[in-house]
Amino acid sequence: MDATIALFLVQDGILNGAIYALLAVALVLVFAVTRVILIPQGEFVAYGALTLAALEAGIVPGTVWLLAGLAPVAAALEFWRQRHGLDARRSGRIVLVDLVLPGALLSLAVALAPTKPAFPVAVLLTLALVAPLGPLLYRVAFQPLADAPVLVLLIVAVGVHLALTGLGLVFFGAEGMRTSPLSASMFSLGDLVVTGQSLAVVATSGALLLALWLFFDRTLIGKALRASAVNRIGARLVGIPTAMSGRLAFLMAAGIGAFSGILIGPVTTIYYDTGFLVGLKGFVAAIVGGLVSYPITVAAALVVGLVEAFASFGASAFKEVIVFMIILPVLLWRSLRGAPVEDED
Amino acid sequence: MKSLSLVLAVALAGSLAIAAAPAEAQIKVGYTLSATGPAAALGGPQKNAVALLPSEIAGQKVEYIVLDDATDGTKAVANARKMITEDKIDVLMGSSVAPTSFPLIDIAAENKVPLIVITASAATVVPVDDKKRWAFKVVQHDSLMAQAVVEHMKKAGVKTVGFIGFNDAYGDGWYTEFEKLATPAGIKIVAREAYARADTSVTGQTLKLIAANPQVILIAASGTPAVLPQKALKERGYKGQIYQTHGISTPAFIQLGGKDVEGTIFPAGPIVMADQLDDANPIKAPALDFIKRYTEMYGQPPAAFAAHSLDATRLLAAAIPEALKKAKPGTPEFRVALRDALEGAKDVVLLHGIANMSPSDHNGFDERARVMVVIKDGKWQLLK
Repeated sequence: MDATIALFLVQDGILNGAIYALLAVALVLVFAVTRVILIPQGEFVAYGALTLAALEAGIVPGTVWLLAGLAPVAAALEFWRQRHGLDARRSGRIVLVDLVLPGALLSLAVALAPTKPAFPVAVLLTLALVAPLGPLLYRVAFQPLADAPVLVLLIVAVGVHLALTGLGLVFFGAEGMRTSPLSASMFSLGDLVVTGQSLAVVATSGALLLALWLFFDRTLIGKALRASAVNRIGARLVGIPTAMSGRLAFLMAAGIGAFSGILIGPVTTIYYDTGFLVGLKGFVAAIVGGLVSYPITVAAALVVGLVEAFASFGASAFKEVIVFMIILPVLLWRSLRGAPVEDED
Repeated sequence: MKSLSLVLAVALAGSLAIAAAPAEAQIKVGYTLSATGPAAALGGPQKNAVALLPSEIAGQKVEYIVLDDATDGTKAVANARKMITEDKIDVLMGSSVAPTSFPLIDIAAENKVPLIVITASAATVVPVDDKKRWAFKVVQHDSLMAQAVVEHMKKAGVKTVGFIGFNDAYGDGWYTEFEKLATPAGIKIVAREAYARADTSVTGQTLKLIAANPQVILIAASGTPAVLPQKALKERGYKGQIYQTHGISTPAFIQLGGKDVEGTIFPAGPIVMADQLDDANPIKAPALDFIKRYTEMYGQPPAAFAAHSLDATRLLAAAIPEALKKAKPGTPEFRVALRDALEGAKDVVLLHGIANMSPSDHNGFDERARVMVVIKDGKWQLLK
């Protein structure tokens, strides 16, 4: 291995690491706020990329029908939950948020898709279609179980993951797709060729991570999310609606996932089931961060990306083995160092 | 309420498997295919093709049962057992990939039901032993395809080759067959790399391949995932010839690969090049007919793998008249007669080749079961 190859591998590692970092942060966020280990996080990535690819091809993406199916269920559940204190204002709100808004998105997508919308429009539409899936899934699958043990929530998460993968096959087909790059430019730095796309990925991921940090540190909603993460009951006592926090966390997770999908769509081929493995690698990083620490998680994600790049050069047949082995020493160290934590249930 | 939402989600995903059938059929054919899961790109078109199968063979009504094994060996076993014990099928077909097909051999032998395998792995029918005497295969052996590639390389004067393949049975199988033939032909494999179907980056492997400086590179992968290493090689400025395997004979490969797969050479079943075959070739007419009907029904041309499930029934159709002379469908005697008739089938025109079965060869394909193809101007072109 010479210096040029090492540089290429580092570049590749950082590129992948940036995506893993975004996913890992989303995983930590969702777990901290709702105690759900979000196995379907990767599905949002695949849905994001494939929805965009469908829009580029002038096809109405299947995501639309998932939205159309989930929203009425969520509305019905909401009516049931509020059945004792239902008045005109509350009913109107439910109808507006759960029926009118998704309906508008649906008709917008159906109307725009055949016209092959311009790239920025397609990206916004993709985000608008995929991000709401997060809170909808939370309300349909997780919120009714919000106080269940972590294990139950994990099992539900696996179920949601399987359902989303199956639906992904129906919506997008078995063959992979690529989307057009955000930037087609190329730069040469000595022997190293850097594509504009990879710079765009790293830069936007970095900006997004920074924005997330500011959000959690400076805004009231961000602080409320952190509060519900630290102590759910305490947060409730001081007037933070924890169900709202859960929805918000899921909205952000789905949005981040879809955004990651849009970022890597041009770099690699995305299949309906690609998301799982990508999400798992984010999960490795999240575990290294103990599912609490954002900075450690981001650093770990970069390490995962780099290890993956060098492993694929050194021993491609054992790449996944090497990547997932990172988790072992961390778990060992954590279990030796930390006192056993009692489950809160 | 809590469980309702989960049930709903699962029901939505589970409603994929289908089984369509008229009642009172005389001959029952059971397909287990990987229509979902990692091999969905193979099993999906194969399942589609079943709808085009004839409803009558040799004057007998035929009922087709199609089950999805989700690319899961355990599920394939369950499907096979269900169809054998409950539906009393006369012949079992399947499955789309090696891991789901191997377990079927035991079940077929145990229940004395003929099995027609529709995946490439030669080991499903070689060597013909006590169990495998019940198994037949309508897909070309990897060795037959590898031979074509090696011959082409030899003619082009290739001395060094880099190999990158799937990190699974497909990639390994190809490497074994390719190495066996390449070494005696004086072709040296200077690098061997692996990647997984779901990988998002093959930069590391690509760099290593290029560093070994091979004259040509062979990519052993199937479907659209085969595009990834080729795109990566082009991005890194690799200029040598790139060979692929018959796994890429699907229109989606070119759609996704675009400019980067221009000039690729690969071996394929004759159906892939149906329109460019000689008119004298017996495969041409049925292949064109299949492509036409498939396209009419599904709005897109079939991937080459789709024809495997059709071929299985074509082979069966050739054996049924013989078997009918000896016994009635639905009886154990009929299944034995069917097996014997399959073994004796000669010159059966399939869309992927012409099969001549014998007690020692349950595949029966020769060089008529392959053509060399080059991708030119975004289209497949027969290489002569």
